[in-house]
Amino acid sequence: MKHLHIASSERGLISPMELNRPAGRFFYLLFIFLLLCLALIWLFPMYWMYTSALKSSSTIVKFPPILIPQNPIWKNYLRAWTELNYPRYFFNTIMLALGAWGLQMTISTAAAYAFSKLKPLFSKVIMFLFLSTLMVPSMAYLIPQYLTVVKVPLIGISLLDSWWGVLLPQAANAFNIFILKSFFDDIPRDLTDAAVIDGATALQSFLRIIVPLSKPVLSVVTIFTLIGTWKDFFWPYLVLTGSPQSQPIMVALYRMTTALSYPQPLNIQIAGMAIAATPPLVLFFIFQKKIIRGITLTGLKG
Amino acid sequence: MTAKPRITKSLTGWFFLLPAVLVFSTFSWYPIIRGFIISFQSIDLINKPEFVGIENFTMLFEDQDMPTAWKNTLYYSFLGVIFGYLVPLLIALFINEVRRGKSFFRLVFYTPTVVPPMAAMLLWKWIYDPRSGLANLVVGLFGGEPLLWLNSPDTAMLSIVFMSTWAYSGGTMLLYLAALQGVPASLYEAAEIDGAKLPRRLWHVTLPEIRGVMIILLVLQIIGTMQVFVEPFVMTKGGPANATLTVIMLVYRYGFEYRNFGIAGALGVLMFIVLVLFSLMYLRLSRRIAK
Repeated sequence: MKHLHIASSERGLISPMELNRPAGRFFYLLFIFLLLCLALIWLFPMYWMYTSALKSSSTIVKFPPILIPQNPIWKNYLRAWTELNYPRYFFNTIMLALGAWGLQMTISTAAAYAFSKLKPLFSKVIMFLFLSTLMVPSMAYLIPQYLTVVKVPLIGISLLDSWWGVLLPQAANAFNIFILKSFFDDIPRDLTDAAVIDGATALQSFLRIIVPLSKPVLSVVTIFTLIGTWKDFFWPYLVLTGSPQSQPIMVALYRMTTALSYPQPLNIQIAGMAIAATPPLVLFFIFQKKIIRGITLTGLKG
Repeated sequence: MTAKPRITKSLTGWFFLLPAVLVFSTFSWYPIIRGFIISFQSIDLINKPEFVGIENFTMLFEDQDMPTAWKNTLYYSFLGVIFGYLVPLLIALFINEVRRGKSFFRLVFYTPTVVPPMAAMLLWKWIYDPRSGLANLVVGLFGGEPLLWLNSPDTAMLSIVFMSTWAYSGGTMLLYLAALQGVPASLYEAAEIDGAKLPRRLWHVTLPEIRGVMIILLVLQIIGTMQVFVEPFVMTKGGPANATLTVIMLVYRYGFEYRNFGIAGALGVLMFIVLVLFSLMYLRLSRRIAK
């Protein structure tokens, strides 16, 4: 189905024939030159971050800039790690990421399973109400959402300064439910029906048939949830302002680099940024194929 | 068939839906509705909420920061379309052209998107530092006069847009690239037989073929950039001289600095209406394009 025609991935605007002629050759080389320049601009800030962290406080601001640190001070990274109290914040972030992941794996997958296979009464209406939250930009209802966390309706408790206040609002993820449901829809009904005839409950057929067959989509949701939690700043910042000890890494990084009365030296701050940026980059390089395919398939921009 | 199995089946189904319905109703549906209610209330977290009619809205429209905030937001959106929307297209066109190393370049341009925005914003805040930042070092290498970047009302917004373009182009670029790779080679060949040179092929074959993706990404870019907040919050706090005060930044100020959640909510509602109009436009367009 996909290969009815030769897609242009085999060629671009420039035809193979033109490539052999001087004019085509010129354009091709020009494109490559411009692309390399852009690539340099895109990579350089990251290079600058990781190498500046290795400089001393005086060489870091030198003009002309020092591209390769002569005597790299590796200890800066270690200092940032301990002086910025990173073990604590890494632990908090990992716990939050695991919590967010756990909620997606239970709440979202269960809902997607109900929508795809069980289809109880009114499920179409509920699905529509879930999806319509995607049309509502989150920043526009920031205030009422905050007020809800300050005092949860019916229960009346406050989730401020608690991880639940970070996790629960983000657990309502219509996008994940939607991509999980679309994946479950492709699993033949016969499989689950056969299990039910053999006496399996809905839960058993979910755990034994749907989940094992859905590893590809579950792993995409897992990677996006982990990276997303690691990058998250503003909502955890609002909820956890009053309890620095339970903040995730990005909130702590913000507090320590911008609001501290005794700021750390610049090179230690930069090392702190570099350390905080590394885990998602590592995850990305390991799973890049999966992630890029996930983005182009779902249209989610990451 | 008796009715009983259907009801049991429905009950099981609802059992699976229940947790999601609970979090959605508490943390999405209820706040969305409540947003409209609080915009007519006076709320400060200490006293009981009180209905005040349209007072929040009249006070908003008397606030001199309102026009500034909307103007800045539109300006950011406009720059976001010029840079954040066209630069990824340009990159995707170039990558689509290279015969080798496509996936390498794809990786290079996507990588900044994986850098946590907080690290990216702090890094660029330092890059823009007038005395020790990389930006002025580069300007100096080319013999230019040092600029104030984030510290001048003239360049602050533009500086934020450059950083955003660097940090967020990756996803847009991937979607363009996927669209470009779907353009059938036969169309290019037909155009070549007709004698169309490269610019004409770009204009008459490539761009019309990826028009659908371009329109959808344009609307998404507008919706995304209209909500801009965290970048000015971290990099400039809305300054200098309110040059980067955006609408959501003003919502934040009313809510969390002046502790007047009613007015903040009212402004949120105005933003809500504007953005939902764009969202509906997006839905209609994406449906029409899917057909």
